[in-house]
Amino acid sequence: MKLRGTVHKYGANVDTDAIIPARYLNVSDPEELAKHCMEDIDADFVARVRKGDIIVATTNFGCGSSREHAPVAIKASGISCVVAASFARIFFRNAINIGLPLLESAEAADGCAGGDVVDVDLASGTIKNVTTGKTYHAAAYPAFLLDIISSGGLIEQTRMKLQSAGKL
Amino acid sequence: MNLSEKILAAHSGKSSVSPGEFVNVRVDVVLSNDITAPLAIKEFSRLGVRKVFDAGRVVIVPDHFTPNKDIPSAEQCKFVRDFAREQGVVYYEVGQAGIEHVLLPEKGIVLPGDVVVGADSHTCTYGALAAFATGMGSTDIAVAMATGEIWMKVPQAIKFIFNGKLQPWVGGKDLILYTIGQIGVDGALYSSMEFAGPAIDELSMDGRFTMANMAIEAGAKAGVFTADSKTLEYVKGRSSRKFAVHRPDADARYAMTYQWDASSIEPQVALPSLPSNARPVSRAGNVELDQVVIGSCTNGRIEDLRVAGRVMGKRKVHPGLRVIVIPGTPAVYLQALREGIIEKFVEAGAVVSTSTCGPCLGGYMGILAAGEKCLSTTNRNFVGRMGSTKSEVYLAGPAVAAASAVLGRIASPEEVAA
Ligand code: SF4
Repeated sequence: MKLRGTVHKYGANVDTDAIIPARYLNVSDPEELAKHCMEDIDADFVARVRKGDIIVATTNFGCGSSREHAPVAIKASGISCVVAASFARIFFRNAINIGLPLLESAEAADGCAGGDVVDVDLASGTIKNVTTGKTYHAAAYPAFLLDIISSGGLIEQTRMKLQSAGKL
Repeated sequence: MNLSEKILAAHSGKSSVSPGEFVNVRVDVVLSNDITAPLAIKEFSRLGVRKVFDAGRVVIVPDHFTPNKDIPSAEQCKFVRDFAREQGVVYYEVGQAGIEHVLLPEKGIVLPGDVVVGADSHTCTYGALAAFATGMGSTDIAVAMATGEIWMKVPQAIKFIFNGKLQPWVGGKDLILYTIGQIGVDGALYSSMEFAGPAIDELSMDGRFTMANMAIEAGAKAGVFTADSKTLEYVKGRSSRKFAVHRPDADARYAMTYQWDASSIEPQVALPSLPSNARPVSRAGNVELDQVVIGSCTNGRIEDLRVAGRVMGKRKVHPGLRVIVIPGTPAVYLQALREGIIEKFVEAGAVVSTSTCGPCLGGYMGILAAGEKCLSTTNRNFVGRMGSTKSEVYLAGPAVAAASAVLGRIASPEEVAA
């Protein structure tokens, strides 16, 4: 899958409270959550973001709580994928499970600034900064995770497994 | 194998596992709360499975926005309650419920050697019981509720050895804040932290729960302790379920080992806005406070309230600030009541709340206005965590919290408790 979008750039340790503050967790509707995405670190993100845009951040993106509302809010805000030097582990799982693509590349995180236009090829993990002309490569997903992603997420994968085991 | 590998191998039908390996793990307990269960239940319905894998092993605790703080929270709780009743899972209603990670060990729901997954990042608390416990998202929890299994990547382990004897007023919170201060908020990313050493042996179970609780604040998947006589004493009589005590092998692999002299560690404070901003309280500076919170899944246990009560003595809360005390569960509340600690807090001018997460995640019961500073025994001091993005949260243990409550500024327990 090929994606093109404008970069929204953040630093290290963007936590889940910054992605979606707990005060909005009394609902779980994606569209409602998306209205407050990134509110506490980037108040006009929601006004600025366009469908297909890309978040780029440095280390430990998504640290903090286990709230799946965080990747859900990002996905529903229109963001097509997140590129970071590293991800917090629960956020990483959650994103894979709900089908928000993540790419891990410290070089790309360094080499992309806010406002740059970037092309991402998910299959090969290639990240091309169209604005600067530089290309980066993210680590490939292990087969175990690729299977979840290509099944359409963990729920779909589990349903298929249960079906073939005659348990559904 | 190290402790985490032993437990994961035993739950994936393998004789051994190694870091980086993907395994399907059988789970003993699956947990969620009023915030994360609604999403998990919706995903569970999408699976098409009618019943959870084992109603006795699926636990739901409404603790974050309860007693319901507003109409959407009430709707959310009702949705969760209806599911819990229909499925017959283990469910605690307001009045019996407390903060999940204080409640589950107390009720004997988690035992040594268990694998526990919870849709709450502080599920890692149960590592104190020599269980492998980790936080996940709602979709993972939906799958675990349906199948009793979940995928995991075997983490590498980092060992933390604390030598020497603890200084007075130094507890689990100080050790873990010190650790995170040393290694950073991603210092144990994708790893399990294993705690050991003479100072750890001395530490109470409540102190160990506090440490395991904050493993996630270093990015870890789990924070584990080997079971000893204190662990076995703690679980005795709480459950009739069988459990296994695993020990790390003498030649277990660790990606890294840190050794520290615990006797040189002072009570700690983590300055805004990362738990890794830890320093000795003597170097926290002169910070006047608007609020002190004593509670949460980190420090809402009976020992925490006892320590705070001891430091406060018969002193009053400083007139410049509010003090909010939140016992972690009804049992903690009752025990503190019987010991006269609650009375002491109320006479001092603190407010004592029913058991809830409340202000810890900026829910309610003590939200901060712009410009306000709060010292809290909770686990996160991120920007906006307890209210306005222009407020500040300082993290510390109950001794520093009580001293600060008396003096109205960040203070060392040495300054008040003679
Ligand atoms: S007390 Fe705070 S950290 Fe613990 S479960 Fe509740 S909200 Fe989370």
